[in-house]
Amino acid sequence: MASGIKDKVVIAGMGCSKFGERWALGPDDLMVEAFGEALEDAGIERDRIDAAWLGVFFDEQSTGKSSLPLSMALRLPNVPTTRVENLCATGTEALRGAVYAVAAGACDIALAMGVEKLKDTGFGGLPERTKGTFEDLYLPSSTAPGAFAQLASAYARGYGYSIDELKRAMAHISWKSHENATRNPKAHLRNRITIQQALDAPMISHPLGVYDCCGVSDGAACAIVTTPEIARGLGKRDPVSIKALQLAPSNGVEMGHESWDGTHTLTTPLAARRAYAEAGIGDPRAELDLIEVHDCFSITELVLMEDLGLSDEGRAPHDILDGRYDRDGAIPCQIDGGLKCFGHPIGASGLRMAYEVYLQLLGRAGPRQLRGRGGLGPALGLTHNLGGIPNRNVASVAVFGLLAGRV
Amino acid sequence: MSDLGSILACGVHVPRLRLPRALIAAETGWLNPPARNAPAGERAIANWDEDALTMAVAAARNCLAGRTAAPAGIAFCSTTAPFADRDDAVLVAAALDLPDTIATQNLCATLRAGTRAVLGARADGAGGSTLVVASDLRPTRVGSPQEPAYGDAAAALLIGPAEAGELARLLGAVSRNADFVDHYRMSGIRFDYALEERWVRDEFLMKAVQQAIGEVLAGAGVNAADVRHLAIPAAPGLARRIAQGSGLAAARCDERLWQHCGDAGAAMPLLEIVAALGRSEPGDLIVAVGLGQGVDALLLRAEAGAGRAAQALEAALARGREETSYVRYLAHRGLIDADFGMRAERDQRTAHTVAYRKRAAVTAFTGGRCERCGAVQFPLSRVCVNPACRAADTQRPHRLADSSGRVKTFTEDWQAFAPRPPYVYGNIEFAEGGNLLMEVTDVEPGELAVGDAVRFEFRIKDEDRARAFRRYFWKAIKS
Repeated sequence: MASGIKDKVVIAGMGCSKFGERWALGPDDLMVEAFGEALEDAGIERDRIDAAWLGVFFDEQSTGKSSLPLSMALRLPNVPTTRVENLCATGTEALRGAVYAVAAGACDIALAMGVEKLKDTGFGGLPERTKGTFEDLYLPSSTAPGAFAQLASAYARGYGYSIDELKRAMAHISWKSHENATRNPKAHLRNRITIQQALDAPMISHPLGVYDCCGVSDGAACAIVTTPEIARGLGKRDPVSIKALQLAPSNGVEMGHESWDGTHTLTTPLAARRAYAEAGIGDPRAELDLIEVHDCFSITELVLMEDLGLSDEGRAPHDILDGRYDRDGAIPCQIDGGLKCFGHPIGASGLRMAYEVYLQLLGRAGPRQLRGRGGLGPALGLTHNLGGIPNRNVASVAVFGLLAGRV
Repeated sequence: MSDLGSILACGVHVPRLRLPRALIAAETGWLNPPARNAPAGERAIANWDEDALTMAVAAARNCLAGRTAAPAGIAFCSTTAPFADRDDAVLVAAALDLPDTIATQNLCATLRAGTRAVLGARADGAGGSTLVVASDLRPTRVGSPQEPAYGDAAAALLIGPAEAGELARLLGAVSRNADFVDHYRMSGIRFDYALEERWVRDEFLMKAVQQAIGEVLAGAGVNAADVRHLAIPAAPGLARRIAQGSGLAAARCDERLWQHCGDAGAAMPLLEIVAALGRSEPGDLIVAVGLGQGVDALLLRAEAGAGRAAQALEAALARGREETSYVRYLAHRGLIDADFGMRAERDQRTAHTVAYRKRAAVTAFTGGRCERCGAVQFPLSRVCVNPACRAADTQRPHRLADSSGRVKTFTEDWQAFAPRPPYVYGNIEFAEGGNLLMEVTDVEPGELAVGDAVRFEFRIKDEDRARAFRRYFWKAIKS
């Protein structure tokens, strides 16, 4: 019986570039920016890295293929590098590779780098891409907002909300993330918005208005991971530890079988259940101090509160409007602004989420530092990605806590 | 006289969108002053995802609905077939999931193609029936007399040996060729060039056509005064004049098609036949005329099933929705260079190797049904999608085209490239189970709701402008 990943690997250092429309920078610049911070944080030399994982999604529009863009940008010492890609779970997938390698004893120190340079297409939104030679022949040429807007139509019908009622909760989600991002100098979008602005925004894909959609950003984030022993040797007295790292991909049911009703993601509850078990979390509502979820669109965040077991089925709109996931709520969500405002450079996003949880656990989050339950600081944080679209996706759930932690 | 056959079934497709002639007049009156006398009615215009081929498939499906035996032949008649070299009839037959042994014909380059095919059906079809489907989508120059007069539509007739419940019997026919150029369009040219209507009327319609009508009646020993209907591709006033001139004193002519559709080119003679049958009592005699470098004059007798024609026509005409934007119509016809944004630049290359090996799925909309658990799924796959089954190699082909569905989720997407924004798509659950994320067409913003029932139509999926190729797939339509 596998014992899981809990507390076998810790984070020695992390880095994250500023996210945004980094017109003057390429993916190599972004990786160097994030890597420099992580190296300094870890307190190691570059050549101590034994292996590295690169996560990038739109390779055609940015880095090109393979792991070489990472090895070459950072001038790594010819150590093994691997490129991974798993839709919007790509960054977390890079982390999983690095963490598993350390846990396996295959290397002492590993790097996980996620990067995306999206703003080289010449137009707003995500780059256009093929869905594959067969699927291009029959699937709609959907966009990301269009694919996620499907959740809203089904959720509203399924739980008896009007679209206007749902929009109100969605607007609160976006308003909250904008508020949080004002405290984050690295965030892409740092402006405040009003609920009314969100409600009145131009329609992107019904019922998602422009403020229901996350930023399309350039950015990179990375983690240097190692064993608890080596971390202690580096002077990390109570490092941030990986408590769980789980992945649940679709197997086609949502796309092809009538059993999926379209109101939720099928995969997130699976990944969450496994992650809670791996981390030893019995009651996530009582134990999680903060969460970073895949809020690519406001409606996604809304249904994820239920998919992660944090709101009762059909009740997320009420919990959201009650402020439960606000900065001062019971379970602060997207304390760094989330995909919505920190931005969403796809390959980097999972690691960006981990970066925020890491900072919060170490008490290094500056003006947005949370006090945690009981005022002792956050002890346990969750990150979640949903790669793909509700019809088929890769859900990842990771849990981080202090190694000596209060759990 | 040899057996000319019977009309066993009919089908009509008139696109949902209708452009009011008054709107055309308002927009082009500056250019062509006579058009200011806003003509009444509307013309049918194909949606951006319809062409002569998709309209033909729609009409043919209506025609074949409820029939169990496949026709032995299919004739596709059009002057605007999308492919000059790719057998359009084979593609239509494939979309209809007809056997690959069916005899295919493409009749083009004349508006008389439909009646030619009807007359050839019994000779070619031998023992079985022949599906004659005629369809046209003729672009018209802005401000031209053709712009309000033409319409886009398709009609299908199943011709075969007499059977109970048939719509009509062909009693006689006369064909005369004449290289009379009332209009023409050279290969590779978009628009018709039409000559003076008075000349066409006086020198051709009132002479050659009247003569052919006289001959077909004489051949059948029928008194002109006993003919109850004249089905002719001509505007109502002109049609009545031809009827009078031909001695068809009691013959009624159609007005509904001209009011709501317009002259549908190669499809028009067949549409006129359907319209005439639709207003016929069993036993009524009908003279039907096809025109185009000559005349086909057909004599038909309405039979017991003629009433089905009225249903076919009314169902097609009734589903109209007004196109309120003349500019949008121009953009869809490629008559103005509208900016659809950078997302429209996406490469729409078709991997033809894939399109061929997946042709049952893409062209015929055939998915799979698991023989072990019964789960229907699209596309057919090696391993069953039912999470409780997941058996391997248990699926048999299961055609979904004639099924129905229900909207489970949807959106109106203003960001995606769409020739007619918003781009509407959603999860469609099939009546027999199974789910597919599908485009929804012929729908306006605010019209669709979760739970709506849908049916499916064969439509243009993408245009590959870089390689001048058009690909097709099935879309959901609110039923």
